Amino acid sequence: MSYDRAITVFSPDGHLFQVEYAMEAVRRGSTAVGIKGKDCVVLAVERRALAKLQEARTIRKIISVDERSVLAFAGLTADARVLIQKIRVEAQSYRLTMEDSPSIDYLARYLARTQQQYTQRGGVRPFGIASLFCGVSSDDGAPELYQTDPAGTHSRWKAQVIGGRSAKSLREFLEKQYQDGMEETACVRLAVQALLEVVDSGAKTMEICVVRRGGKKEMMEEDAIETIVKEIESEQEEKRAPPGAASGGDPEYV
Amino acid sequence: MDTVLAITFKGGVVLAADQSNARSIISYQSNIDKIKELTSHSAMGVAGPNCDLVRFTEYIAKNLALYKLNHDGTQLSTKAQANFCRSELAEALRKGPYQVNLLLGGFDKDVGQSLYYMDYLAALEKVNYGAHGHASNFCLSIMDKEYRDDLSEDAALKVIDHCIHEIHTRFLISQPNFMVKVIDKDGVRVVKFGGDPADT
Repeated sequence: MSYDRAITVFSPDGHLFQVEYAMEAVRRGSTAVGIKGKDCVVLAVERRALAKLQEARTIRKIISVDERSVLAFAGLTADARVLIQKIRVEAQSYRLTMEDSPSIDYLARYLARTQQQYTQRGGVRPFGIASLFCGVSSDDGAPELYQTDPAGTHSRWKAQVIGGRSAKSLREFLEKQYQDGMEETACVRLAVQALLEVVDSGAKTMEICVVRRGGKKEMMEEDAIETIVKEIESEQEEKRAPPGAASGGDPEYV
Repeated sequence: MDTVLAITFKGGVVLAADQSNARSIISYQSNIDKIKELTSHSAMGVAGPNCDLVRFTEYIAKNLALYKLNHDGTQLSTKAQANFCRSELAEALRKGPYQVNLLLGGFDKDVGQSLYYMDYLAALEKVNYGAHGHASNFCLSIMDKEYRDDLSEDAALKVIDHCIHEIHTRFLISQPNFMVKVIDKDGVRVVKFGGDPADT
């Protein structure tokens, strides 16, 4: 009866409680948003307020996996470290034996398979991680976005949110706002807009990475993010202003 | 028997190797590339059976790529790469040895150019110039005489040309094609080759 809560075996009504608790751990993690456009994928991650004495640059939330792929996770940081190490070694192993780079689908499937294995073995607990894995599979390939979860499922998405308490409402927000074939600037804007729903305003609370067709990765500079944040906020201010109000008040100063 | 030559100059390293792939009385190929690039600023000239050449160099190169990914983009220094190779050779020595003789050259921003000589028994030495194979009998004395601490890249390439000329004149086995690469602050690049490795 209560034995099914300690290890991953089925409960009488078909639940895997450990997996569900792992998903709860994911909900406690910080939010990550992934958006796929025509020629890019944008990953935007909430950067939670750090302790004053902590070195900010040692906390990396968007991590390189292979030459043309990156991963953002939500949940237990230490579990993520272990999983990322496994997937990095797998990517190099694939390159060594196949003399070719692994496709994004292959790596996402490997990540999911690993997470599933830890739900069906004795004496281990599932990884408390959901991940957004994105990249390009070939030199001229289109960017792809995958999600994995503690149960070990993986699926391909156009836009997805993981982590944080408001993941469900953010997903609805994305469903309303998302359009197929967006250009890079539109994707970045949408990602920032989504994150602004859950984070305090400002560039310091976000980490954004863009992976473009062809595989070039770029972490956005703080200034660039700050500009976009200000643009979005001033637009929202204008929308909130009563109709017919004089356009006094400089939009820059919100 | 393979020939691998290397010489350092002010700002880089020249690596040269013959391009023949042969066994017994048969020549399989005369355009293979025995100088494998490991990272953006290092490469390894390898003498030995083709199977061990490929297995060893690719294994090292992929492990160096993994290191770079795990360390936020920092690459291992040439000295560290050479020591890593040596320790892998030593590990495998009493299990399943790699029969490879190496000359590993690289360029680091802080220390500049460096060249490491390694043999199949996992000996390692930092050198200014080196040669592997039967050709070393012909070439080391040329390098002894012509090496200077402040060689320019052109002068270093000339020394290699002298060595190759001596091999063509005096070495019994015909090695018509040579691959020559240079490693400097801009990375690894091909200077010339006798046979195009891309020709299948």
